[in-house]
Amino acid sequence: MIGTFSYAKFLKFLYSVAEAERGWEKSGVNGKLTAPLDWLYGLVRLPGRRIVTPVVNQMREAMATLARLQARSKAVGQQYYFRNSVVDVFRKKENDAAVKIQSWFRGCRVRAYIRHLHRAAIIVQKWWRSYLSRQHYQLVVKLAYYTMKMNLYNEMAVRIQRRWRGYKIRKYCFDYFYLKEYLRAVTETNDAIRDALEEFAEMKEREEKKAALEREEKKRDYQARKMHYLLSTKQIPGIYNSPFRKDPDPWELRLQKAKPLTHQRPRVKQKHSISLTSWLACTSNRSFPRSEILPPINRKQCQGPFRDIAEVLEQRYKPLEPTLREAEPINELKEAREDLRRQEWIRNVNDNMFLPFSSYHKNEKYVPSMHSSSKYGPNSYGCQRFRDENPKKWICPKDFQTVLPSFDLFSKYGKLYSKAGQIV
Amino acid sequence: MHLLPEDQSPWIPNRQAGVMSLLRPLLLDVVPTIQQTAALALGRLANYNDDLAEAVVKGDILPQLVYSLAEQNRFYKKAAAFVLRAVGKHSPQLAQAIVDCGALDTLVICLEDFDPGVKEAAAWALGYIARHNAELSQAVVDAGAVPLLVLCIQEPEVALKRIAASALSDISKHSPELAQTVVDAGAIAHLAQMILNPDAKLKRQILSALSQIAKHSVDLAEMVVEAEIFPVVLTCLKDKDEYVKKNASTLIREIAKHTPELSQLIVNAGGAAAVIDCIGSCKGNIRLPGIMMLGYVAAHSENLAMAVIISKGVPQLSLCLSEEPEDHIKAAAAWALGQIGRHTPEHARAVAVTNTLPVLLSLYMSTESSEDLQVKSKKAIKSILQKCTYLPALEPFLYDAPPNILKHVVGQFSKVLPHDSKARRLFVTSGGLKKVQEIKAEPGSLLQEYINSINNCYPEEIVRYYSPGYSETLLQRVDSYQPLAN
Repeated sequence: MIGTFSYAKFLKFLYSVAEAERGWEKSGVNGKLTAPLDWLYGLVRLPGRRIVTPVVNQMREAMATLARLQARSKAVGQQYYFRNSVVDVFRKKENDAAVKIQSWFRGCRVRAYIRHLHRAAIIVQKWWRSYLSRQHYQLVVKLAYYTMKMNLYNEMAVRIQRRWRGYKIRKYCFDYFYLKEYLRAVTETNDAIRDALEEFAEMKEREEKKAALEREEKKRDYQARKMHYLLSTKQIPGIYNSPFRKDPDPWELRLQKAKPLTHQRPRVKQKHSISLTSWLACTSNRSFPRSEILPPINRKQCQGPFRDIAEVLEQRYKPLEPTLREAEPINELKEAREDLRRQEWIRNVNDNMFLPFSSYHKNEKYVPSMHSSSKYGPNSYGCQRFRDENPKKWICPKDFQTVLPSFDLFSKYGKLYSKAGQIV
Repeated sequence: MHLLPEDQSPWIPNRQAGVMSLLRPLLLDVVPTIQQTAALALGRLANYNDDLAEAVVKGDILPQLVYSLAEQNRFYKKAAAFVLRAVGKHSPQLAQAIVDCGALDTLVICLEDFDPGVKEAAAWALGYIARHNAELSQAVVDAGAVPLLVLCIQEPEVALKRIAASALSDISKHSPELAQTVVDAGAIAHLAQMILNPDAKLKRQILSALSQIAKHSVDLAEMVVEAEIFPVVLTCLKDKDEYVKKNASTLIREIAKHTPELSQLIVNAGGAAAVIDCIGSCKGNIRLPGIMMLGYVAAHSENLAMAVIISKGVPQLSLCLSEEPEDHIKAAAAWALGQIGRHTPEHARAVAVTNTLPVLLSLYMSTESSEDLQVKSKKAIKSILQKCTYLPALEPFLYDAPPNILKHVVGQFSKVLPHDSKARRLFVTSGGLKKVQEIKAEPGSLLQEYINSINNCYPEEIVRYYSPGYSETLLQRVDSYQPLAN
């Protein structure tokens, strides 16, 4: 407070005090009379300060006023009480009014304050919210952008994958056209195989038919050869060449073509024992080898008493023709019989002769009639022929044996190499 | 001594005691002819009856036979091998008795003999012994018979080839190891060469041997195929002899059943068509392997099933199904048709078009069919129906099918009808919608759902029109109708 001291302000203060005092006189306020004066006194007694004369004049004026006021102090008291009691009537009403006004005003003030606060809060919130939302919005935009890009990529990827998958399936996993092609190829192969098999079957049938025909032919040929004697001659027309027919039966032609059948000579069986024939026959080829090349046709006859080369070669390479005596052993018949007996013994279940069933009841002994039998036994006239065997008359049970074989006289007739004895 | 006639059987057991003890010393006789004849007699006795064969074994004759087999001439060897074969053919126990007395080594020695008759008899005996079970086959293989049999096959005599092929077939049929042994001896090449031989009985045995080898595993089947039997084997399918056809189709079946690649190979070579023609040309049991082969081929994949269809297999199979009298062949045909039709709607349509489904249904429902046939026809119907979209074939099923099949039929209708308007119209005009309304189904069951989805394809008036009892409701309405007062 003690700073720059301004006299103008001090004088204004004094004047206000004086006016206040005057006012106080009117209103009757008592208590604060001494305050400004004290102050004034205090101020006058301020050390070290010289007060200027206008100020002293004013101070004198002030002192005079002060004295005046002190004189009127008693009346002030009374006036004060009186005025207070007069005023007291309206005091409550005015108090209430003042309270109401004050409360309303306070209320308005507070409301204004709150309004102001609201506005401020709104602004702050607005700004804060806008900041937050802008941030959020940026995020949303980023997200939307990102999503849009990803959708685009997905879409493109789906297109590529669709194409690729279609291609892959159609080309590698299930090629529809390849399947169709394959099925067509299979059908073609099937048809080809079916045709080939049909042909094969037909060929087989044809072969069989041909074989059957050939067998038939052979059979008929054989029959024709056997029936050759039925061929027609000049004098006698044969069965198949009846004069009443227009043309002869085909059998007639067949008989003409056929060669008469002669019964086969029994083939000499190959013996297991080493016989003369086979040995010489097999040695002839090795010991006397024939050359592959035949002798030339126009070979000139060697000069001299030589025979024809063909005859010589024929004689040289003639196979052995042993005589009957050498070819067959001496007891060939006996051996053959033994062989047959052995074969039968192996083969037959039962050694007894198998009699036909029709002779089962024929076990009755023949009873000769009275005419051909006499009391000396049966008559040998009608029932015994001279070829019948009579075992009781035999001298020994064994059969006669050929001790000496027949000798052959004419076996070499015409086959000898030498020309001795031939009639020229 | 010829074969004893059958009606003299009552007195054979009495005879046999005497005969065996009489014949036994004759085997040791000095004269070789007597020995041979005695052996032949024993063989014929043992051949006739297994009691007699047992008597031969019990009479302790086999060791003598085996002992003298090694030393005698070829007639005796033939007769002794005949005895061994006659004893060994009846039962595994008798064959085991033969093996126990050491006959196998001697028989194998006989296989090396020069005379083809001896070889034939020995091979026959070995074949009959090996026929019974795997242990006996293993014993035969251990005796070293297989390489000699393969040599026998290459001999010029046809009878010997036949017997050797039959013996190899009997050896290899029991297990894969035995078949591998036969293959290792190089049999396949020779067997494959002889398929072209014109003799029918030889072809039978060769095809049987190859099929016994091929049936065990994929590798063996591939080895058989590598011997280039296709397409030559297909000519055997056209042979006059029925059993050649049967064995050829058995061989193809055994090859086809292993993998799809082998089946494809067969189809590419035209085998499907050949087998189908073969089925058409025979009757009865001969057809069975061919039918099974088609089933196996179609079972592997849908392309192969389509190949079977375009080779005109389905009409042939349905013919088999209807005309064969025996149940097991019908069952096989039903199974094969099921395998063909189960893949895709086109396959099912191809089967349904030939009108086989009613036949299958009647087989399933008939009380005379065996259980196997019923099971197989039911499976076939189910698998075909699940893929069938050919409605004219499905309609008869609405009328006579049992409920478990009806469910599938109605399900198929409910799948097809929503998409095809012509089919819807046809369904109504043919009376199918009426029949569907008459089906009673528990609410919530699958059948009810199908019926609902069918009803949803049609406008309400039609559904109401065809629902049972509609005429009564209409008449009730007539009854309750008040005519307008004029």
